[in-house]
Amino acid sequence: MIAVEHLTVGYGDTVVLENVDFTVARGDVFAILGGSGSGKSTLLRHLIGLEDPMGGTIRIAGAPPPRGGAPTFGVLFQSGALFGSMTLAENVALPLATWTNLDAHAIDTIVRSKLRLVGLEGFENHFPAELSGGMKKRAGIARALALDPPLLYLDEPSAGLDPITSAELDDLIATLNTSLGMTTVIVTHELRSIFAIVRHCIMVDRAARGIIARGEPAALRDGSDDPHVRAFFNPRSRAA
Amino acid sequence: MDSAAPAGYAPWVLTNTHDPGFRVERIDRSDGGAELRFAGQLRFRQCFASWQNVRRLARPGSGPLAFDLSGVDTLDGAATALLLDLRDEVVAGGGAAEIVGAHGGVRAMLDLYGSHPSRPSLQPKPAPIGILDEIGREVHGLVNETRDLDFVGDVVVAGAKAVRAPRSVNWRDVPRLMERAGADSVPIVLVINFLVGLVTGFQAAVQLKQFGANIFVADLVGLSVTRELAPLMTAIIVAGRSGAAFSAELGTMRVSEEIDALRTLGLDPFTFLVFPRVVTLVLVLPLLTVLGDLIGIAGGLLVALLGLDITTNAYLLETQKAVGLWDVFSGCLKTLFFGLGIALIACQRGLAAGGGAQGVGRATTSAVVTSLFAIVVVDALFTVLFHAFGH
Repeated sequence: MIAVEHLTVGYGDTVVLENVDFTVARGDVFAILGGSGSGKSTLLRHLIGLEDPMGGTIRIAGAPPPRGGAPTFGVLFQSGALFGSMTLAENVALPLATWTNLDAHAIDTIVRSKLRLVGLEGFENHFPAELSGGMKKRAGIARALALDPPLLYLDEPSAGLDPITSAELDDLIATLNTSLGMTTVIVTHELRSIFAIVRHCIMVDRAARGIIARGEPAALRDGSDDPHVRAFFNPRSRAA
Repeated sequence: MDSAAPAGYAPWVLTNTHDPGFRVERIDRSDGGAELRFAGQLRFRQCFASWQNVRRLARPGSGPLAFDLSGVDTLDGAATALLLDLRDEVVAGGGAAEIVGAHGGVRAMLDLYGSHPSRPSLQPKPAPIGILDEIGREVHGLVNETRDLDFVGDVVVAGAKAVRAPRSVNWRDVPRLMERAGADSVPIVLVINFLVGLVTGFQAAVQLKQFGANIFVADLVGLSVTRELAPLMTAIIVAGRSGAAFSAELGTMRVSEEIDALRTLGLDPFTFLVFPRVVTLVLVLPLLTVLGDLIGIAGGLLVALLGLDITTNAYLLETQKAVGLWDVFSGCLKTLFFGLGIALIACQRGLAAGGGAQGVGRATTSAVVTSLFAIVVVDALFTVLFHAFGH
């Protein structure tokens, strides 16, 4: 689904990660892991086409990330990034109204179904400012799913949420993946979410300027020799 | 605070009279070493006043200096930091120093604060900027501003796209924006322009009265309001009100990733956000200016009625004679360009905002200041152009 080869990313003249290679299989739940400031969000911005790579290539289903035109993937931003001047229904309806010729009734039906899917039916006419952090993220997922993309990117979906809301969101992501077969790429450093939903992952490190580990989360936790990887997966043992 | 400096081996004692629970004494031993015995509660709020005296007591002798904390019951975070710093200072000065006798919570505090090795700052403290540096930075900033011309190019491309595919423009926002930038501005536009007309009328009246030319107040107010004052004042109000609002709104959208979200939905921020705002101000500013013209003339009329014994009919007839359609039209023509400039500058500054709330604030300030500058420059250009073409 996604093939990244020799990718170098950064901002300005600063290289953050270089020579990054990985692939994400169709239907996988794949995580980009790393500590704060490790470059994982920068990598995501390149994957979704918001930044031009300094070098290397990104292919999504064989094509580079689209610039303009109908989106081929959905993105949940860390803050939800809902449009504050629009209601939830208008937020979810925006991509449908822009990229389809559906009539208002059909769009309304789809919007309601997407909001129902994320547990926000009844909140159609609420504005983002009237919602909690977890609700905003769920609404962000509903908007990302509006056009039924085959690929979903999630930037730190659990950040800033309480454990219960975070677990609910993990369940939702897992359900979307198993029920819809949607390829999911998650940027996170939440261990509970990683072990709950992620199947494969890479770990990036700013000091190494690249990938320092790849594989299944449990295998990395139990078998990695890299001290950074061990510290990431076993923070308690580091403290001790 | 009491401090004593006894001779021989007798202790130097330091107590805080405001907090009798805090006490330090220095014992100079015969082997050249010394002990600083702390007792009671070492809390920052209590001991900071006497800390300079404690530092004096901690002067290194010929032997090692021991900070004895066996008598300390309580040690808070800031006091721990001061104590560790004092020990390091003695060591850095070539002396030997150690902290002894700490127990329980006091030991835990020392372990907590002392467990992190100190390391130098990763970058030096920002030095005060000299005047030459400041000039250099400003010049560099001005050169960088030329990159903003990219934005004009992007808007032109978006405009061409909008003409080819009008449905791609977010027209839905235009009525809402017109209400905010137009209808909501009406009260302040009326008040300001009325006062400007009133002040202009009053100043004119004072001079013209001396020559018995009272009626020409109508000419002066009518012409200056329609050609210059109403367009200028209305544009300034709109720049301060709507320009700032546009910039803050787009800046906030940028820092909260909403612009990125738009792009990932395949929507162009120029056609979705910038274009509706440009259309709004280009439409709204001439309409507000016409209102400003009318109310400005009314301001002059009030002065004429109250101070010059001119009747309403006479004033309006004189205004009608003096002010032609071109005068009103030329004023409105300028405001099309004022509106275009304000909207483009505000949107550019907003979309370029970065660095959180502070960045949004900077973008908004910059949008208003640059807009005001642009308004005056455009106004001057039009004045020269109209003059050149005999208007």
